[in-house]
Amino acid sequence: MLARIATFAIDGIDPCRVSVEVDIRPGLPTFTIVGLGDAAVRESRDRVRSAILNSEFEFPQARITANLAPAFLRKVGPGFDAALALAVLAASGQVPPHALHSYAVFGELSLGGELRDSPGALAVAEGARRAGLRRLIVPGERAREAALVEGLEVAGVSTLRAAVDVLSGLRLPSLPDEPEAPLMVVSEPDLADIRGHAAPLLALEIAAAGSHNLLLEGAPGTGKTMLARRIPSILPAMNRDEAIEVTRIHSVAGLHAAGLIHARPFRAPHHTISAAGLVGGGAPPRPGEATLAHHGVLFLDELAEFHRSSLDSLRQPLEDGRVTIVRAQRALVFPTRFMLVAATNPCPCGFAGVGDRCRCGEPDLRRHQRRLSGPLLDRMDLVINVERPTEAELRAAPVTSSNEARARVAGARERQRRRLAGCAASCNGEMDARTVRRHVRLEEAAEHVLAQAYVVGALSARGRHRIVRVAQTIADLESHSRITQADVLTALSLRQRSAAETSLAA
Amino acid sequence: MTERACDRCVTRTWLVGRLAAHLEHARGRLEQVLGLDEDELIESTGGQARLCLRRELAAIDVSEVRARSLAAGLETICRCDPDYPPALRALATPPAVLHVAGGLRRLLELGGRDPVSIVGSRRGSDYGLGVARSLGHGLAVAGVPVISGMALGIDSAAHAGALEAAGPTVAVLPGSADRPYPAAKRALYRRIVAGGAAVSELAPGTSVWRWMFLARNRIIAALAAMTVVVEAGERSGAMVTARLAREIGRPVGAVPGRVTTPQAAGVNGLLAAGACVVRGPQDVLDHVFGAGVRLAGPGERRQPPAELRALLQAITAGHETAAALARAGFTPDQSLAALAALELGGFVRRGAGGRFSVVP
Repeated sequence: MLARIATFAIDGIDPCRVSVEVDIRPGLPTFTIVGLGDAAVRESRDRVRSAILNSEFEFPQARITANLAPAFLRKVGPGFDAALALAVLAASGQVPPHALHSYAVFGELSLGGELRDSPGALAVAEGARRAGLRRLIVPGERAREAALVEGLEVAGVSTLRAAVDVLSGLRLPSLPDEPEAPLMVVSEPDLADIRGHAAPLLALEIAAAGSHNLLLEGAPGTGKTMLARRIPSILPAMNRDEAIEVTRIHSVAGLHAAGLIHARPFRAPHHTISAAGLVGGGAPPRPGEATLAHHGVLFLDELAEFHRSSLDSLRQPLEDGRVTIVRAQRALVFPTRFMLVAATNPCPCGFAGVGDRCRCGEPDLRRHQRRLSGPLLDRMDLVINVERPTEAELRAAPVTSSNEARARVAGARERQRRRLAGCAASCNGEMDARTVRRHVRLEEAAEHVLAQAYVVGALSARGRHRIVRVAQTIADLESHSRITQADVLTALSLRQRSAAETSLAA
Repeated sequence: MTERACDRCVTRTWLVGRLAAHLEHARGRLEQVLGLDEDELIESTGGQARLCLRRELAAIDVSEVRARSLAAGLETICRCDPDYPPALRALATPPAVLHVAGGLRRLLELGGRDPVSIVGSRRGSDYGLGVARSLGHGLAVAGVPVISGMALGIDSAAHAGALEAAGPTVAVLPGSADRPYPAAKRALYRRIVAGGAAVSELAPGTSVWRWMFLARNRIIAALAAMTVVVEAGERSGAMVTARLAREIGRPVGAVPGRVTTPQAAGVNGLLAAGACVVRGPQDVLDHVFGAGVRLAGPGERRQPPAELRALLQAITAGHETAAALARAGFTPDQSLAALAALELGGFVRRGAGGRFSVVP
């Protein structure tokens, strides 16, 4: 007899429908799985057999052939166990076969017949809804995550026996608990922990308000990392679509506990990371840190220590907001719309600008500059120096708190949203040249300053465009309807200087 | 294009370039070796190559060598020419041919205006670079040409300072004069050649060897009426230049440095040995032209708009970074914009580590 049930393979971060077909014929007892499965799929024969027997069902003593269709798609991992077991039971008449039609199943089995936690439940649920299936059986721990997808009945079960009960209609799918109300993460570091650093805090706020890339430059121990870690606390909350997208990515990567992720991701990979680790790769391709930081912050501490190849691989993701990984005739697209925050020492010894401590000569500074990867530096919208706070500042009250800053950022984002309604860009940092021309208005004095900066050679054409975007964010924070001269000047002072403008000018 | 080098000098220059690798071994006694005539030079290389070299030397086509200089856009003059810069004749071994980019006549004219050379370490500190720049600037404003070697660090800062005042400046290069050395100084080279000159004693196309730096130092020392060392360690090219200048009886000045830093050990040693103390361009002018004869930059400094003056004063007073200015009472949301305005106006410059310095 033939039975068929739907499940989903994860292709990159997208669900891909897989139909599990099991055919049982009289003959010598064998169990064959075809359909381009990897080692974990082949091993699933033994798990399925033991799980069925230990759940007090009968394992058919006959010739069993299982097919995972479509056959061209490579199937990876143990997530097909539950579907295989249920299809075997249906094909052998232990579950009514017609019950399987409206269901998708997903999960790994243990030998004892328990459904084990497997990554990617949210992606599977989205796939099930898109495929028009009405019901989904997932491991109990994943029920709440899968239930984030509306219009789908989700049954969280912990054993194969319970799954069969659901299919036979003996027990109705137990609805998962109501998703918890979005609770603010309490332990998140707050700007109120910071003393002094008035100028860097201003830069942080501008960067957050327009989603601009930010470079923090400063001597060791001045607080660059401390500042960067607090950026998520002033970013506006994600909307539901963004939150679901982030949850899906993190769920596929197996990083996520339960429920919807509300906090914007903050990823701080170590500087030894490879290009594949940063933008995604491997076999099968997995999302990299750039994708895990989607809608959040990617923080590269000690920028000069990263491999040049890793940093250069970030160029396309930064420019396009997504990265395409091509492997063996297949191209996968991962979203990478993150805010890049990097920290670096100003020179090899780290103490340039701190009294007379720096011992670096012009050759050292040039080498340092080269290490930082020109193309990446070119995409830094804001550069700010972080200095050691004084004793008095350490004892003084904090300059601001995350709540205050978040309110200002939210106000600025709201202005951007209204202005950019109907554009591809959702914030100033994403505006392209055409959007800038159409939506950005400068006061006459501001135009004049910009022209002056361009003429004296302080700006490249790309740099000029960047200044306008940053100035627009500053104007949004200040509630100016047009960009003023002061807005442009502030943006200019936070810009990346070319080597020709620094002490390397000569 | 003027081509004023005699056949013999052109041939000699060709030979010196041909023997560049051999001269590298003779670096320790470079001054004697450069004094040898062609035959002795070939003899000094030893070995079987001598025969070969003699044959090559006999077969050399002078007009072809000249054509190469012309093609590189260089003008030449040799020591047999009456217009050869007299200052260089003070050397025991004046360069046979000067290859000049930017104009021979301009070089000769600048040589008659009591130029001053400013030299120093490649690894100059912020302080040293700032002083070199302001010296170059001040001298240029007073109409004195600035000579240096276009090396990284102090040399380049001195050139850049002179160029900021739109003054002429001469770069004496170790390799060929038609291309910048180090190559990173492309932009600076173009600016120097546009209003001044780049000089070398070697023919175009010669690759750079270490002995050439020592050889060019003697040209820097001899071309200038005074040599000022801004920052130099005990053993450095700048100290060699200072010694050579003293040997031919030219005054040497030094800018005092911190006694605790090795970078300044050389200059402080020069001062202890009796070099002229240089605190600014005026000290140099007084020494070269006599006290009070020429004045460094008259007091007509450009003033920034009134609303920026307080900030400029604060920077002058030592509040050099955004954080320091914040402590001095300028909140970042005002000071950042004002700093950019000062920077655009050319009143301040942003250095490494976000430190602003006042442009002289």
